[in-house]
Amino acid sequence: MTAVISDDPAGLGPGRATLGTSLSSEWIKIRSLRSTWWALVAMVFFIVGLGPLFAAVRAHRSNQLGPEGLGFITDPAEISLRGIFLGQLAVGVLGVLVVTGEYTTGMIRASLTALPRRWPVLAGKAVVLAAVALAITEAASFAAFFAGQAALASTHHQASLSSPGALRACLGAGLYLTIIALLGVGLGFLLRSTAGGIATLVGIVLILPLLAAALPTPYSTDVIKYLPLTAGTQIIATRLDPTALAPWTGIGVAAGYAAAAMLGGLYMLHRRDA
Amino acid sequence: MLIAQDLRKKYGTVTAVDGLLFEVRPGVVTGFLGPNGSGKSTTMRLFLGLDRPTSGHASVDGRAYADLPAPLREVGALLEARAVHTGRTARNHLRAVAAANAIPRRRVDEMLGLVGLEAVADKRVGGFSLGMGQRLGIAAALLGDPGVLLLDEPVNGLDPEGILWIRTLLQRLAGEGRTVFVSSHLMSEMAVTATELVVVGRGRLVATGTVADLTRGRGGSVLVRSDDASRLAPLLAGPGCTVVAGDPDTLTVTGIDSREIGRVAAEHGIALIELTPKAATLEEAFMEITREDVEFHAAAVSAS
Repeated sequence: MTAVISDDPAGLGPGRATLGTSLSSEWIKIRSLRSTWWALVAMVFFIVGLGPLFAAVRAHRSNQLGPEGLGFITDPAEISLRGIFLGQLAVGVLGVLVVTGEYTTGMIRASLTALPRRWPVLAGKAVVLAAVALAITEAASFAAFFAGQAALASTHHQASLSSPGALRACLGAGLYLTIIALLGVGLGFLLRSTAGGIATLVGIVLILPLLAAALPTPYSTDVIKYLPLTAGTQIIATRLDPTALAPWTGIGVAAGYAAAAMLGGLYMLHRRDA
Repeated sequence: MLIAQDLRKKYGTVTAVDGLLFEVRPGVVTGFLGPNGSGKSTTMRLFLGLDRPTSGHASVDGRAYADLPAPLREVGALLEARAVHTGRTARNHLRAVAAANAIPRRRVDEMLGLVGLEAVADKRVGGFSLGMGQRLGIAAALLGDPGVLLLDEPVNGLDPEGILWIRTLLQRLAGEGRTVFVSSHLMSEMAVTATELVVVGRGRLVATGTVADLTRGRGGSVLVRSDDASRLAPLLAGPGCTVVAGDPDTLTVTGIDSREIGRVAAEHGIALIELTPKAATLEEAFMEITREDVEFHAAAVSAS
């Protein structure tokens, strides 16, 4: 704060606004909000808590019934990962909040005056959230798998990572959850409102399958298999459902929803006044 | 240097900014004056690239804001509406903003010190008073040591101490050769803070010039005291001249100057006790310049 006659009196050094600076800014932002930590704690609790709990309940019932009870444990890997059905809400809401938290507080104006080309703001948020979500959901998924299989050990029908499809199921669970987080980011930029974003996210992920189920067969299965929930969660199955999409095809379809939402969000970010 | 070139912004059918054309020079504080709703905040947002102009250009040092390679290092802005996530601490907010333009972290602590927020740096912004929020906004604006500052109603809601602090700071920043553009609807504040003025009403440019220019010859009055005041008053009153009687021996005369009043008094043999020209305050000049706009605005607000 001395004279501006010198080129750099404040000693700032050189610097430009780039995707890289957006990433470091978003990394600070995501760590410095309590909502991030609450959403992540809730998600880990759902994934690591619920899947193994389901496994334990089934193991108990199966042991009570003897050989007939093994019907409860047709897909041991999938059972242990079922917590993602609730975990997806926590991570999806986090995706929405990362964006709408800025629109509702006005922070977006600070973000966009720093990065007026705008797209680096969306890209920075998406990349940082995806990295955080992927790291934590992968860790939680593997933890859920091992805890769940331990719970199933008494039935001698537990899976291991070398069981066919088990490794794919664990990796895929984290991938699916990360896709849902990005769907939330896209919806956040599209709608700019927390309530609207969360409601739309829940609608697309959880309500659409219920509505589609009201269609007469075979239309209902034909529609349901392309919805993000059904398509994306085939990846955690090790016994494949012949009426559903193949695991990697399904995850690709789910990723398509997230990509479409983010492209729509990018369009709105550039087109609308901030 | 800020330049608005035929700047126009419509929101649907409402024209918020209507063909503004002005320049803001470095080295002095330039006040951006106008009634509430006259387009000041919209103009600020157009300069910052937050809103897109319907037509015309807003440029900073000859470039559109979006083309600045590291905007926070060239332009610091304080917007009227807060631009801070309430769930974050002051320090983390500044760190996130600084990181977006590769501004060193050390600078965050320097700015917290400059605005006097060190003690609450690790408190969440949601609990800040209006004055603390304004100080945080100033800290964010100065992070990149910018040569241009755009401040929208910076003294709003501040206590006298805070107002004095902002006034001194702005004058110092301008003295360092920066371009300082400050909006306000408080004329009294601009009269003591600003050197140059850009006056708007209804989104249109009403006047530009120095504070001295804008107050000269506008709304000035002459205080006249005479034991014969009641005889003098009707002699002075006429087209273009109003005479208001105060105390029994006092008149306030507007529309003619003291020389003319003295001449009339002498002609009629009236002795004067006092003859004092009073310059218009900026407030009076502003009211005169924007009277029509204020009336329009009052009507528009009650209609909307």
